[in-house]
Amino acid sequence: MTSLLRIAGLFLGLSCAGQALAADIKIGEINSYSGLPAFTEPYRKGWEMAVDEINAAGGINGNKLVVISKDDGGKPGDAITAANELVSREGVVMLSGSFFSNVGLAVADFAKQKKVFYLAGEPLTDAIVWSKGNDYTFRLRPSNYVQAAMLAQEAAKLPAKRWATIAPNYEYGQSAVAVFKELLLKARPDVEFVTEQWPPQGKIDAGSVAQAVEAAKPEAILNVTFGADLVKLVREGTTRGLFKDRSVVSFLTGEPEYLDPLQADAPQGWIVTGYPWYGIDTPEHKAFLDAYQKRYNDYPRLGSVVGYSLIKSAAAILSRAKSTDTADLIEAAKGIPVDTPFGKITFRAADHQSTLGAFVGKTAVKDGKGVMVDFKYMSGSDFLPSEADAAKLRP
Amino acid sequence: MTALLEVRNLSKSYQGVKAVQGVSLQVAPGELLAMIGPNGAGKSSCFNMLSGQIRPDSGRIHINGSETTGLSPERIFRLGVGRTFQVAETCLSMTVRENVQLALQSWSTGLLTLRAFTGRLDRNFRPQADALLALIGLDDEADRSCRELPYGDIKRLELAIALAGDPKLLLMDEPAAGMAMKERILLMQLTSRIARERQLAVLFTEHDMDIVFEHADRVIVLNRGQLIAEGSPQSVRADPAVQAVYLGSGALYAQGH
Amino acid sequence: MELYVVQFLTGLANAASLFLVASGLSLIFGVTRIVNFAHGAFYMLGAYIAYSLTIRWQTPLGFWLALLVAATAVAVVGALLEILLLRRIYHAPELLQLLATFGVTLIVEDAVRLLWGPEDLVGPRAAGLSGAVSVLGRPMPVYDFVLILLGPAVLGLLWLLLHRSRWGLLVRAATQDRDMVSALGVNQKWLFTGVFALGVFLAAFGGGLQIPRDAVSHFMDLSIITEVFVVVVIGGLGSIGGAFLAAVIVSELNAFGILILPSISLVLMFLIMAAVLVLRPWGLLGKPLSRARSMATREAAAWKPLSPAGRSAALAATIGALCLPFMLGDYGVGVASEVMIAIIFAISLQFLMSVGGLDSFGHAAALGLGAYGAALSVQHFGVSMEAAIVIGPLVSAAMAVVAGWFCVRLSNIYFAMLTLAYAQIVWSVAFQWVDVTGGDNGIVGVWPSDWASSPAAFYWLTLAAAVAVVALVRHLTFSPFGYALRALRDSPTRSATIGISRQTIQHIAFVISAFLAGLAGVLFAFLKGSVFPDTLSIASSVDGLIMVLLGGFGTVSGSVIGAIVYKVSSIWLMSNTDFPRLILGSLIALLVVAFPQGIVGTLQIWMMRSRLFAGRPQEGTARLAETGGLS
Repeated sequence: MTSLLRIAGLFLGLSCAGQALAADIKIGEINSYSGLPAFTEPYRKGWEMAVDEINAAGGINGNKLVVISKDDGGKPGDAITAANELVSREGVVMLSGSFFSNVGLAVADFAKQKKVFYLAGEPLTDAIVWSKGNDYTFRLRPSNYVQAAMLAQEAAKLPAKRWATIAPNYEYGQSAVAVFKELLLKARPDVEFVTEQWPPQGKIDAGSVAQAVEAAKPEAILNVTFGADLVKLVREGTTRGLFKDRSVVSFLTGEPEYLDPLQADAPQGWIVTGYPWYGIDTPEHKAFLDAYQKRYNDYPRLGSVVGYSLIKSAAAILSRAKSTDTADLIEAAKGIPVDTPFGKITFRAADHQSTLGAFVGKTAVKDGKGVMVDFKYMSGSDFLPSEADAAKLRP
Repeated sequence: MTALLEVRNLSKSYQGVKAVQGVSLQVAPGELLAMIGPNGAGKSSCFNMLSGQIRPDSGRIHINGSETTGLSPERIFRLGVGRTFQVAETCLSMTVRENVQLALQSWSTGLLTLRAFTGRLDRNFRPQADALLALIGLDDEADRSCRELPYGDIKRLELAIALAGDPKLLLMDEPAAGMAMKERILLMQLTSRIARERQLAVLFTEHDMDIVFEHADRVIVLNRGQLIAEGSPQSVRADPAVQAVYLGSGALYAQGH
Repeated sequence: MELYVVQFLTGLANAASLFLVASGLSLIFGVTRIVNFAHGAFYMLGAYIAYSLTIRWQTPLGFWLALLVAATAVAVVGALLEILLLRRIYHAPELLQLLATFGVTLIVEDAVRLLWGPEDLVGPRAAGLSGAVSVLGRPMPVYDFVLILLGPAVLGLLWLLLHRSRWGLLVRAATQDRDMVSALGVNQKWLFTGVFALGVFLAAFGGGLQIPRDAVSHFMDLSIITEVFVVVVIGGLGSIGGAFLAAVIVSELNAFGILILPSISLVLMFLIMAAVLVLRPWGLLGKPLSRARSMATREAAAWKPLSPAGRSAALAATIGALCLPFMLGDYGVGVASEVMIAIIFAISLQFLMSVGGLDSFGHAAALGLGAYGAALSVQHFGVSMEAAIVIGPLVSAAMAVVAGWFCVRLSNIYFAMLTLAYAQIVWSVAFQWVDVTGGDNGIVGVWPSDWASSPAAFYWLTLAAAVAVVALVRHLTFSPFGYALRALRDSPTRSATIGISRQTIQHIAFVISAFLAGLAGVLFAFLKGSVFPDTLSIASSVDGLIMVLLGGFGTVSGSVIGAIVYKVSSIWLMSNTDFPRLILGSLIALLVVAFPQGIVGTLQIWMMRSRLFAGRPQEGTARLAETGGLS
């Protein structure tokens, strides 16, 4: 009989604990865990570490932060199902995350329709804060535009006048090339673009593309491909001498996610955006790096920084709002400063874009591995259009 | 009496092999014409040209006064031609009655009118279908799935389907193949009776010479794509050219003597 | 000039690996008629294993040994799969094997992620072959020359095997006429296993060959599977020489195409396939297929309109469904709406497949065109949801009028592949025509009118649509038109001789089916508030096939159950597990073995069996023996 009571008490205790949890602050997080594990696994490690740090430091104004994470399988439609589950069933106070631009846009529109706060992490498309921006959506990562602007600034310093572009044939590649061209031509009216190659994403016919670019005799090349396409392009291009005596400017190639798999095949001397975790000696980053390596016995990828900073930003917004009301969250997020491994950033009030930047440098091979050298951190605030101009880009 | 089916100089080759060469024939209303010949003589090719499955290389076909050379099977059906096959072709997923109802519906209204979409087939043409099934003695099996039917019944069902289009001409490719002896005789008796009553022209092929000589009004003989003999069963049986073709197989005389 | 020579050689090198994988697929299809969706997975598995071996054996000999060992290992896996899974379902409808191999693909995708980790792997270059040689002053990888030689070499070896060995003779005989082989007294089982293993070996070897050129990633399977299907179809199913020719043509046109129109490669091979199929319905070197044996075994039980009891059950289910919003929360109701939409999509495909015998691999085109038709009219003309619900299906149907005209000229797998090409062409338009469709970023802001904006109201809307569509499809199935369509499936020869015109009837069915799928597309767009090109993707077509096959290919409306089971389990797995594909794939493989006629189809057979045995035992056995219901 006593044991029965004890069991009953245990259940009672459990249900009480359940109620205590219900009072916690829940954030919904959606990402392509099954579709894109190479990015999302380090990303998950990043935000899990952030959650623990925040709760260890007293949570959100004394409340415990809980992140409920869902998989979207890389499909916008499934992301909406997940968003619905998080909002309607789990009762989260805000949505966050996503990798693909189209998933980000779908969730952003959902947020607008359902009047939920959404903090986008990775999606690079400019549309999410500009042409399709809305009151409910904020975005962390430096956008396509910012990456292009950073690279165009470096490209303008090169003597090259004849440029070729290689970009995956979808919105990301198209807008990256378009912005880069526009900005480079503004800085260097003498530049001309002699050929553009548009391989299908994931299916580049690298030999033929390399040959076709070579035939146009460019002096410099802009590359926007990444992942397996990048590997093929680098291998074929290197063997065929495409990159010999040519400058190459390349989106995202310095990120460990894309540079590390190449190992000794990594290109040399490309001007890239990326994340040289091994060479950043700011105190903020050192603290992050030490904690991450200690916790996971692995080095961080850019995804780790994004995941970590995403939840840190969400926590900062919640702490400042002192409420979980959507309107309060939006007010709190405008202009909020957040400490990240890359230093202090702010979410701009006018276009909801954070000023997180990226590292720009050159690739090299060291000890059989690709690394970035001669890099420097460039803040998003130096490349974004002014807040007044950006506001005009929004609907 | 004018011929209902008139074929002149029909020829067909496949990759240089002459399957049918200059075959001419006529069938009158109410007449049963048997086409015989050894395997590969061109009988099936002839049938397929008559019912529109394949296009002849040359020659002309007239059915009931209209030229049908090169017309599609669907058009030839509309001119009043019913067809059965050596290996029975029915819709196995449907019931016996539905097979007949579909042919009746196709013949009466076609399948592209509004009512073909709004109605329900199993409610249409039911009495007519049952009458046809009664005629061939399948009325007890009307609701059975065609797939459950013994092969002999399926061959009879084919006749009912062929009759659903109120044909002037019946093309029957080995109508009795695969049936038991008693059934064969009954089927051919039935066919003869229907042909005489309705003044149908019937062209059929058959390997069983008993059936041929018993039921055919006239016989034509094909060998290697060419017509080698034509006439009454008795005259064909006596023809030395025909005997030569069948020499060795003994099929022609096995049961005749 | 130099450019063209080098470009030509590059094209040939690309053709070689494409050919290797395609030849395996063609061989498997030719003999076993399995549409082996897992071929890409074996290619990927071959690459992963070869990767692990090549990084250990970095010598010239070691590299090639690694490839052979990896390919052999995967061939063993393939043979086991054939023995344990596929053999159990050879007498089920042919497409069920597509479903089974799809399940295997899902399992392999998650398995490589578990075994080799999530990151792309880059293996070593082939030792001794990593450099370049100069061709007319332009450097070209030595390895490409190896590939250029390897393609014809493999073609030659296969030719010898098929033409100079008894085994090859049997394989060729089986390709021509499967019944003949069993008549020859050959053990068909082991012939099939052998062919399957050889085909898998070729795929895995092709995967290993990519190591010096490509990254090894878990995207490899999907990036190659459609390409090899296209190559096999262009070449002619079952024709190895055709596969070689097609691989060369596709690769060369791609190599030169990008010189003129760089964005062409996205859609080029589907354009080629569509053109080839329209001009040569059996591919370049293919022959007409002998009639598919599935024709006779499509339905599990004779089709009848619903009995009074069936009507009551349907009514009760509908009333139950009406009450769902009172039992489920907003999320549950949202999922239920998604299920209703899946039902509409599945049943529209089932009408085409089960009644018409037209197995579409591109039904996503109909779904997506409905969704885009609605979304574009909302975005550009500001029409209401009510108007969009009419416009979307009409857009889908109008496009089907054009596409269907070409598609219904073909039958069997060739019809399937032309519909696939159609869907891919539509997809690439949605993907590339950024100014109108928003490209990959899609169209957002497509939300329902106010009256339907609550989850419950929208659910009732989708429920009403689903009930109406299922009822309509059932009605059409038993209408004279439906019988004509089924007659064409049962016996095209008989149909022609009773005046049923194949192309017209099938064309109309294609358009009706597209119209209904278009309705599903519109509702999907309003449920999600957005449309993206993935609605038009192959994955979306495959979803439709799975729901139909799972429910029961040989039933009138079994896909209703198929849609419910598939949608609910995939949403639940996605939300609650880290490896949804592994579990879903295993579930599919289990269901395929447990319910070879689909869930509803198999249940019908069980019911029929128990009824027959309970009533008239002897006649029951006899009848079942005749109908093949026990097989």
